[in-house]
Amino acid sequence: MKPFLFLSVMFVCASPILAAPTLAPLPAKIDFNRDIRPVLSENCFACHGPDAKQVKAGLRLDQRESAIKAAKSGKIAIVPKQPTTSELVRRITTKDSDDLMPPPESHKKLGPREVALLQKWIEQGAEYQTHWAYQPLAKPAVPAGQNGVDFLVQQRLKAINLKPSPEADRRTLARRFWFDLVGLPPTPAEMEAFVSDKSPDAYAKLVERLLASPHYGERMAIGWLDVVRFADTIGYHSDTPRNVYPYRDYVIRAFNENKPFDQFTREQLAGDLLPNATIETRVGSAFNRLLLTTEEGGAQAKDYEARYLTDRVRAVGAVWLGQTIGCAQCHDHKFDPTTARDFYAMGAFFADIKEPIVGRREPGMIVPDAKGNAELARFDGEIARYQKELDGPQPAIEAAFAKWQEAASTSVQREGHWKPLAFAAVKSAGGAKLAIQPDGSVLASGKNPEKETYTVTVTNTVSGIIGVRFEALPDASLPASGPGRAPNGNFVLTEVIARVQSATGSARPVKFAAARATFEQTTFVEKNPYKIWAAASVIDDDAKGAQFGWAILPQAGRENYLLLELAEPLTTAAGDTLVIELKQNHDGKDHTLGRFRIAATADTVAARTIAPPAPPADIASILKIAPEKRAAAQQEKLFAHYKSFAPELVKLRQQIVVAKKARTDFEAKLPRCIVSESSPTPRTVRLLSRGNWMDDSGPLIEPALPAYLAVGAKQPADRRLNRLDLAEWIVARDNPLTARVFVNRLWRQFFGTGLSKVLDDLGAQGEPPPNAALLDWLAADFRDNGWDVKRLVRTIVTSQTYRQTSIASREMLVRDPENREHARQSRWRLDAELVRDNALAVSGLLVPKIGGPSVRPYQPDGYWENLNFPVRGYDASAGEDQYRRGLYTWWQRSFTHPSMLAFDAPTREECAADRARSNIPQQALVLLNDPSYVESARAFAVRIVKEGGNTTDARLAWAWKQAVARTPSAEELVTVRALFDKHLAQYKADTKAAEALLKAGVSPAPQAADIAELAAWTSVARVLLNLHETITRS
Amino acid sequence: MNLHSELRQFRQQQQTRRVFLGHTAQGVGGFALASLLSSSLFAAEKKTSSSAKDKWPGVVRPLHHAAKAKRVIWLSMAGGPSHLETWDHKPKLATMHGQAMPESFTKGKQIAQLQGAKLNCFGPQLGFKKFGKGGAEICDLFQQIGSVSDEICFVRSMTTEAINHDPAHMFMNTGSQIAGRPSMGSWLTYGLGTEAEDLPGFVVLTSLGKGGQNQPIAARQWSAGFLPSRFQGVHLRGKGDPVMYLGSPAGVSREQQGDVVAAVNALNKKHDAIVDDPEIATRIAQYEMAFQMQASVPELMDAAKEPQKILELYGCKPGDGSFASNCLLARRLAQRGTRFIQLYHKDWDHHGGVKDGVTLKAAEIDRACMALITDLKQRDMLKDTIIVWAGEFGRTPMSQGGSGRDHHNAGFSIWLAGGGIKGGISYGATDELGYSAVENPTNVHDLHATMLHLLGIDHTRLSVKFQGLDVRLSGVEGAKLLKPILA
Repeated sequence: MKPFLFLSVMFVCASPILAAPTLAPLPAKIDFNRDIRPVLSENCFACHGPDAKQVKAGLRLDQRESAIKAAKSGKIAIVPKQPTTSELVRRITTKDSDDLMPPPESHKKLGPREVALLQKWIEQGAEYQTHWAYQPLAKPAVPAGQNGVDFLVQQRLKAINLKPSPEADRRTLARRFWFDLVGLPPTPAEMEAFVSDKSPDAYAKLVERLLASPHYGERMAIGWLDVVRFADTIGYHSDTPRNVYPYRDYVIRAFNENKPFDQFTREQLAGDLLPNATIETRVGSAFNRLLLTTEEGGAQAKDYEARYLTDRVRAVGAVWLGQTIGCAQCHDHKFDPTTARDFYAMGAFFADIKEPIVGRREPGMIVPDAKGNAELARFDGEIARYQKELDGPQPAIEAAFAKWQEAASTSVQREGHWKPLAFAAVKSAGGAKLAIQPDGSVLASGKNPEKETYTVTVTNTVSGIIGVRFEALPDASLPASGPGRAPNGNFVLTEVIARVQSATGSARPVKFAAARATFEQTTFVEKNPYKIWAAASVIDDDAKGAQFGWAILPQAGRENYLLLELAEPLTTAAGDTLVIELKQNHDGKDHTLGRFRIAATADTVAARTIAPPAPPADIASILKIAPEKRAAAQQEKLFAHYKSFAPELVKLRQQIVVAKKARTDFEAKLPRCIVSESSPTPRTVRLLSRGNWMDDSGPLIEPALPAYLAVGAKQPADRRLNRLDLAEWIVARDNPLTARVFVNRLWRQFFGTGLSKVLDDLGAQGEPPPNAALLDWLAADFRDNGWDVKRLVRTIVTSQTYRQTSIASREMLVRDPENREHARQSRWRLDAELVRDNALAVSGLLVPKIGGPSVRPYQPDGYWENLNFPVRGYDASAGEDQYRRGLYTWWQRSFTHPSMLAFDAPTREECAADRARSNIPQQALVLLNDPSYVESARAFAVRIVKEGGNTTDARLAWAWKQAVARTPSAEELVTVRALFDKHLAQYKADTKAAEALLKAGVSPAPQAADIAELAAWTSVARVLLNLHETITRS
Repeated sequence: MNLHSELRQFRQQQQTRRVFLGHTAQGVGGFALASLLSSSLFAAEKKTSSSAKDKWPGVVRPLHHAAKAKRVIWLSMAGGPSHLETWDHKPKLATMHGQAMPESFTKGKQIAQLQGAKLNCFGPQLGFKKFGKGGAEICDLFQQIGSVSDEICFVRSMTTEAINHDPAHMFMNTGSQIAGRPSMGSWLTYGLGTEAEDLPGFVVLTSLGKGGQNQPIAARQWSAGFLPSRFQGVHLRGKGDPVMYLGSPAGVSREQQGDVVAAVNALNKKHDAIVDDPEIATRIAQYEMAFQMQASVPELMDAAKEPQKILELYGCKPGDGSFASNCLLARRLAQRGTRFIQLYHKDWDHHGGVKDGVTLKAAEIDRACMALITDLKQRDMLKDTIIVWAGEFGRTPMSQGGSGRDHHNAGFSIWLAGGGIKGGISYGATDELGYSAVENPTNVHDLHATMLHLLGIDHTRLSVKFQGLDVRLSGVEGAKLLKPILA
């Protein structure tokens, strides 16, 4: 957040021609918006303005009807045409400090010019105007065939008697065009082609070429990413990563494809709600997710709900409306007509967005590119093909199917003999959590002890039983789906002991005669005396070792059971309980049962027969119907069920599994993006008194559009407004702000300052643009021509105004030091990203790939040491990702890359419409010592030696051209030549130092014949990359 | 080629050029312009230009009133120290130990991790003792601090608006919970400039505690926010380059680095003759400053040259990255004119094990705090250095998990010393259970306003226009001077 500043000391000079503000004559006709509103807003509105609760003496000076009628005191502040009888004039000129306005304790003071302006304005009738930015956007007339920028700038220059500057030379112009439109320097070849192109449409051709470059989108994206506060991390506290880079690529693509700005707007605010929403528009809607969020333990949801709401409102205000709506969080706005209700009603538009309020962001929507989509389609086709084959008729297995039906029917019949045991209690000796499931099974979770005994107690009558069945069941919650809790899904049931306990406390053991199982494990049996993980070892009184028992590997994920036959039918009396202990004393750790069920039978055959597990209930119910009575659909269902495990189809089923897994694996590698998803039950929004989120006495607020901006967008009355309504309102033709705000911000990219220089506030406290007609013309032209961004850029950069030299005459510096009138171009230090891009481009290291995951340029060790939850290290990108453009840098909000920060890149915690252009020692340290720049210098040196000719002077001249696109002067050559000669001698004497220097960075050190020479050239290259001229766009 | 003579020569030429509208090296575009336009700044600039042309002179000139203090050393105890085991003795809480916290204390107050939990009183876990002539009653683990307690004013009625670490630090540093506001060190260097020649005016040092509860600290805590970057805090790091990118590349000697800087500056100067760009003079000055910092910062960090008795006083081994070492560095910075020095010592987040935790913390900071006060005093610098000891919030009188305390913002303790602060007193009090500040409740804005006052600044008059508002460190809701704590 680095907007231009207005120190209190300079606020007295609101007029654009600033050199001697108090001396300038008053305008003949006072213009309320230009001359009066800024004075009233700055000095008076805090107590006599829109904030209804603060109005003093019943007087509002922002409304004429209030200002010209008697206040509570009976006095009239403004009597039109009668300054001497106007109380306002008396109060601002009185010597009595009790009466003086503004009151001294406000530390505000009107200067003589301001007083004179107010007097003259009242004398002329005290006419008010709608605030300039709220006035309907009308297009000033420009003669046909003329560039509106040139016409309106020159009209203004004539009026203030300034002359435009001549066109800059072509080399300067080429650098200007390249930096402003694609953010990279022209190559010397590109430069020569442009300089030597004498055709009348040389500029037009160049502009078209650059607008068509894929790097144009990258250049345009930088400012947009700042204002929407795009970053790779959440911001608060742990500042953890989130998946969001596809949004950055969406922005780049949108500018490259010249997506109309109204559509660009709709997609970002409501890309998920559009009737024809696509992956693309949904990625755009990630805009709504870019705010700061938290995972901090102890953060209160209501607190952060309020923070997120205000954050989003501030964003809409900054990005599209140029309004500091955020100020109305606690009270009605002090300077603009935004009410607190407007604020919360705006926030309510976003109450439907699904998101964790406190906690980790979800992985987000999968965002495949064209290649990814094709690959996914291929997987889907393959899966469908196999599935179709599986679903189709299978004549070859008809016989097996028939046989299965028979066996299964028998199982179903036999299952009738089994009765599940209902447990009165289930206990774990080892501390596991055992929970009885609806189907009567028991599921273990929590602690998994090394050894374990489960004890189940059965109180319902079990008299007469002759067999007990222990089903080991798979479950998704278990490792490898269970049924055991060992990592491979196995378990070892080492002993089962049962007893009948009478009400009086006496107990008698239950004896087992035989043990059978559906499957017994045959692997890892070397030490097992049974040479198999036998059912029998469960009832052997641990005779051959307590650690051996029944196990089932490799049947993880499948159902098996153990059948124990009693020596004699159980007899129980009333009040008896059956207690069964399932001992799991395997010595291999963790081999406990994860899910099991116990049933009992009184049928001797059932107690002795291992049958396939009975099919599930829905299949069993079909099997109970006689075959000839089953409906076709029922028969089909049976067949489908059979096919799901038929041994004959194992290969086909495996193919489906493999294909599905391949698809899942592929999908896991695809980019993801957190996007907007609308909940049908939006969060409740209340008007929070003084912004206090703990106070829920305020009225409920529904989404509504700000009342003060008379935009005639249709508002459906029959439903809750949504984000799409908001977007439509923002881009409505009669919304006076959107086009002005965007154009104003864009102007900065080409002239260094906005037409109104306060880019994020077009309200009363902002700056009325010195050339309002120009802003209006550009904004109207933009809106009226399909919100065509490239057209807008073209209009600006093909103007003569844009092509002027940036060298200012002394007179111009005095009369217009900030260049607000555009009688010349401006010069400024490149933005952070471009400083980097330029060095990489000049050195030849730049990898011009567009888009993709964020990258990690070298960063000082330990810079992230103060991050926690989790602690994080930093691995600089390897390979080509180390040499990507600056805008792809990993944006860690709480510790933004230090070389980016040094050059004023914002942290993007808040929306930043503007960047400062500071000039601090850290910038020198970065360019001198950051390995990125040292490596660039090294690589540049290699190029100088290889491509720059044979003599030192030829090489120097060549290097100069690469770095600053011109030839060096003789004087300059002397300076650098001296440095080169000195360092060459030193490095010859100390080749170790030369070697050390040449090792900078991860790219392989060059195999040079003369490393001293290369090191000396690296010194020269460092000088060139550090020049003010190199990092300046002029 | 001798860099220094070249730069000297350049400076002289620079001054001749300055005739044109005070062709100043004031820095950032907006600021350069502001100074161009402000006759008062311009006049002052002319007076000071010969000695320190690149030094930001500050916008508060003259001072709003005579200053008591020139600089601040802020000891940020990150994580939120328990006031109940440090500076605020609550015997009643001990008698209520284990009983339910009366609802009358907690109703309508913010709760962090204890939301929805049963709230039981948790008695003080450590003993208290009276120290000094002022009879300051503090935890008896802080014997050393106790020994200098007559220099200290304990404020036992502190409150803050935030209850989670990140926003609470932001609020304590910037007076706002919204990111992007300048922190106090930035406000001060903006307002007063710095006296340091080759060092930044706002420096941050961090140290980890051994208890492992090291909450993250974001760089935004020392950000200049909407003020220009030159006012942002510079983090002096214990490992690697103390200032990022400070070291010259491998294989480049200091002399060679000087050659490169000299060549850059010479070429920039030649270019300036053609394009007449005031930013170039600034650029040249920044390269000069950077080159000087490459020598002055390592010199600053090299505390090993301190006399043995000083090292013993602090109980530190230079270079060990401890809080005590940072206290010694803070004194060295103070001597060199740095305006605002902020030390973060982490690991005060005692959700569990508050007794052992504070015991460990006491061992880490007690001697160092005493040493800093003593050392400044023996150099006659305590009188114009404000020392602040404060966490971002305090901790609940209720138990968390049977051995710890949760975040708490309704009442906690901080202390101040030196620079116009009345020593040997306490100010304000919490209720009998240490829950809410009830006597002289104090908020963060009051603290900021009072500190600015001591530094010669009327807090209502140090403001910067941002998004249409006159933004102040002390907020717009009103802040009061804590007059009783002023000497």
